[in-house]
Amino acid sequence: MAKETGIVSWKDLALGCSIVKPGSSAELKTGDWRSQRPVTDYEKCVQCGQCYIFCPDMVFTQNELGFYQPNMFYCKGCGICARECPADAISMVEESE
Amino acid sequence: MAKRVGIEVSLAISEAVKLANVDVIAAYPITPQTHIVEHLSELVADGHLDAEFIPVESEHSAMSTCCGSSASGARTYTATCSQGQALMLEICYIAPALRLPIVMTVANRSLSGPISIWNDHSDMMMSRDTGWIQTVAENGQEAFDLTLHAFRVAEDPRVLLPTIVNVDGFTLTHVIEPIEILDQKEVDRYLPPYQPQMRLDPTNPVSIGPVGMPEVYTEAKKAQDEAIKGAKQVILEAWQEFGDMFGRYYKPVETYRTDGAETLLVTMGSLSETAMIAVDQMRTDGKNVGLVRLRLFRPFPFEEFLAAVRGVKQIAVMDRALGLNGAGGPLATEVKAALYDEPERPYIWNYVAGLAGRDVTIENFVEMADGVEAAAADGVRQGYTIINVRE
Repeated sequence: MAKETGIVSWKDLALGCSIVKPGSSAELKTGDWRSQRPVTDYEKCVQCGQCYIFCPDMVFTQNELGFYQPNMFYCKGCGICARECPADAISMVEESE
Repeated sequence: MAKRVGIEVSLAISEAVKLANVDVIAAYPITPQTHIVEHLSELVADGHLDAEFIPVESEHSAMSTCCGSSASGARTYTATCSQGQALMLEICYIAPALRLPIVMTVANRSLSGPISIWNDHSDMMMSRDTGWIQTVAENGQEAFDLTLHAFRVAEDPRVLLPTIVNVDGFTLTHVIEPIEILDQKEVDRYLPPYQPQMRLDPTNPVSIGPVGMPEVYTEAKKAQDEAIKGAKQVILEAWQEFGDMFGRYYKPVETYRTDGAETLLVTMGSLSETAMIAVDQMRTDGKNVGLVRLRLFRPFPFEEFLAAVRGVKQIAVMDRALGLNGAGGPLATEVKAALYDEPERPYIWNYVAGLAGRDVTIENFVEMADGVEAAAADGVRQGYTIINVRE
């Protein structure tokens, strides 16, 4: 848990608050800032990939059928994907989790 | 063997830096620090010192370069003062937070305005809460010795904090004094090669200086606070060992004729030597006056200071900077805070003196000692006086 949240004792911080493991930001859960989540209507989705391109956190990845699916571990619910989607396939719904 | 030579104090500091065998010097010249870095650039250019001398375009760049250099594992030195230190101040907070053991000489000088190049402690006070270890020299020999001590302390794996050696501008930097210059073997015995505990290294990548979210910032500051508090023990050990090797012993709080004193003067820096002459004179005149000098300014040596002043009736604290906050000088404010928890507190009066090179004479110190006794007898509170100000 400490790894995901960055909540550790001052004694466990690396010297000078450095990060000693490269790429460890991938382990930092930032999805819990979210108050809204994107929901894609795959009936409307045209697989254009605009959500993948515009997402500032690279949340979307393409699945084997060609659709883009979000990784909610990082999604902050900013809504850029919903705003940019040319097919109006993405809507923002209130986060309930 | 150490050799006693007549040398300008600035050049003696450069010689100490050379003997410390630094890897990188990044500095921008500013009066009265100029001779230090000028001489270092000569030593590098003439092949006497195998180091990178980086002539940066500003003090902000100087400290930024020093941070990068120190983070790469290089022994790093710079020097500045006053406006230059003000310009680098943003980065001065970064160096201790990243635990980079940079050593810096500050040739203490007043801050503008009015524009002034002359000596006081305004710059020392400006940087007092940046997290650097700070020592204060009273003469040229101390400036030389404390420079070597600074590298030894800063780089100790138990410390890893940048260290400032404060040296009064002109009053010390520009005078020629007989100074014992240690030889390379002696310095090497005292100062082992720098062993970085963490460094920028492509084969073992780390991120130094990342953002600290609210979840981590408080813990980062707590760790830094513990580091500077813990540094005192190493500072003391390094002074003890210096004394054992070379015969000159230093203490965080130095006392002079304090036995049986009812009144104490508190000073920092080169004016302490004038104050000692004043104390001798007052003792001859039958006055029970002694002197306490702070050699270690950061971390503040609470324990040693309280032990040095315990039992006296009154203290005159001399500040060489004005706080401009209605409370007089910053040193007196700290001294009062240090004494607050004591069951028996001496009476304190604060004298602001020696601003921007204004002379402080033996008579002025007598005036301070007499003044604090008179003020204590009158029971006036919360006071300070600016010495030698024309009404």
